[in-house]
Amino acid sequence: MNLASDSRTLADGALDKRTFGRPTETAIMGLLLLCAAVSLITTAVIILVLVRETITFFEVVPLQDFFLETEWQPLFEPVSFGIWELVAGTLNTTFWALLFAVPLGLATAIYLSEYAHNRTRKLVKPVLEALAGVPTVVYAYFALTFITQDVLQPLLGKENVPIFNAMAASIMLAVMILPTIASISEDAMSNVPRDLREAAYGLGATRLEVATRVVVPAALSGIIAAILLAIARVVGETMIVAIAAGSTPNLTLNPFEGVQTMTGFMLQVGLGDAARGTVDYQALFAVGSMLFVITFAINVGAYWFVRRYREEYE
Amino acid sequence: MAVSSSMRLRAEGAVARRQWLSRASRYLFLGATLCGLAVLALLMFITLREGLERLDWDFLVNYPSRFPEQAGIRPALLGTIWVVGVTMILAVPIAVGTAIWIEEFAPRNGFLSFVKLNLSNLAGVPSIIYGILGLAVFVRFYSLGPVILAGSLTLALMIIPMTVIASQEAIRQVPPSQRDGALALGATRWQAVRHNVLPSAMPGIMTGIILALSRAAGETAAIIMIGGFTFLQFSPSFLTPVQSLTDAFTILPIQIYGWTIDPREAFRQNAAAAIIVLMVGVMVLNIFAAVIRERFRPS
Repeated sequence: MNLASDSRTLADGALDKRTFGRPTETAIMGLLLLCAAVSLITTAVIILVLVRETITFFEVVPLQDFFLETEWQPLFEPVSFGIWELVAGTLNTTFWALLFAVPLGLATAIYLSEYAHNRTRKLVKPVLEALAGVPTVVYAYFALTFITQDVLQPLLGKENVPIFNAMAASIMLAVMILPTIASISEDAMSNVPRDLREAAYGLGATRLEVATRVVVPAALSGIIAAILLAIARVVGETMIVAIAAGSTPNLTLNPFEGVQTMTGFMLQVGLGDAARGTVDYQALFAVGSMLFVITFAINVGAYWFVRRYREEYE
Repeated sequence: MAVSSSMRLRAEGAVARRQWLSRASRYLFLGATLCGLAVLALLMFITLREGLERLDWDFLVNYPSRFPEQAGIRPALLGTIWVVGVTMILAVPIAVGTAIWIEEFAPRNGFLSFVKLNLSNLAGVPSIIYGILGLAVFVRFYSLGPVILAGSLTLALMIIPMTVIASQEAIRQVPPSQRDGALALGATRWQAVRHNVLPSAMPGIMTGIILALSRAAGETAAIIMIGGFTFLQFSPSFLTPVQSLTDAFTILPIQIYGWTIDPREAFRQNAAAAIIVLMVGVMVLNIFAAVIRERFRPS
């Protein structure tokens, strides 16, 4: 805890007396507390809504069908609700996206933090951060029109690459998370104190050795947090996978097939305007719960990891 | 001591190899960085090539049409401005209030850590989950239907966490001496916040708000979930703002989505043109945020 908050605690008594009897102060405190309550209520309502509709879903569809069936076919007969095809779709796109984005992102972070001039870094970093603001529907457009039709199909043959395929989605997902990984990792690397680098140089290490054996290990908690946050974003991303990867649930990790992810299914139901009370509508929330649990676990993991393993240098 | 001319300061053997590797690695890492930037430059180039010729005044003010060359983005453009505007009005006071409470008033205890953990989690919740929240609560439970207010409420909940986190950051940057000075002179806590802390934190808070709004402007999935995937032949009116809040709406990202999944080539071109409009809007917001940040950077 920093000095400011300590001194504040000490002065609390005196300040409370000063506030006492001023209705505006009390009212403002109340208002601010209400504001802070909004995000707590949001979480509570998200969980409430997901749990309620998921329970109704499991009254119709037995739990073991959801987790043991391997077919996801909710929209036509014979209906079947095996979640694994959707989970496989998410895993497929996430895996390939990370395969591209993690090495490129880390290399970019290392270059900016350890090799580039200060001026270059000041130029490139804002560009990277602006990229994080590109709407994902734009990436989705590129995945379908450019990556699939102008790159993958001419390169590998139309018969090998269907118009909807996991690879195009993964490539654009990688482009989407590249700035996140590069920017957060770069922050972590820049925060590694100079002394460590200079000590290593003093022992005769080269720039590459300093970067890979001193800076990266010292910044590892930040780097892992960056990757976890990127994973959470990929798993939760909807438009890119819905447009480019198709809507065929498919239990495969082959990137050159069409797959449907969890988010892709949810969007499909959303487009069809499912009537309330139908099993589609409830399936939407069951899949939503699954997605929420997965991203929640990853986010908590990242939060915990940073707190637990952060190296403190003073 | 004289250095004889035959002596060289050139490394040999293993050391030479390590040095060579290190020098080579610079180009490897530079290549990776350029690779990312090149993809982006390429994407920008393709969009401009595809969409620029389609972009004219008629495209901005026409309604969508079955005929690609007559189609325009009027309802989507106005809808985006409306939704983002209302989202801002709803989200900003709550987000800034939350940040002030956390940084200035909250007792430092377990409850505060819980609030913070909750916020960082909410910031990581996928947008489509906010979409089904909006669908279940605003559209269905409160029976608002797929209207501007429902969309804005949904997006407001989505951007509040990231705006809070950015505002907290900005408030923390204010030197404690400013606050302590005010308190020492007899200000109450709120007076110190209102007259000393907030003015200094304002540029940072503004930056956070603008970035969050640019995120809201590009959000597609959440709005599709609440039922915003429509092609409208009218646009919300600015003359009767209260009524417009309960009008059906569409937004630019959804228009782009609709044209992207249309198999006809001419509509793809429209999608590219709409992307240019959306990107210009988002980039203007981002640059605006960067300018504010640089302008007011404490020296």
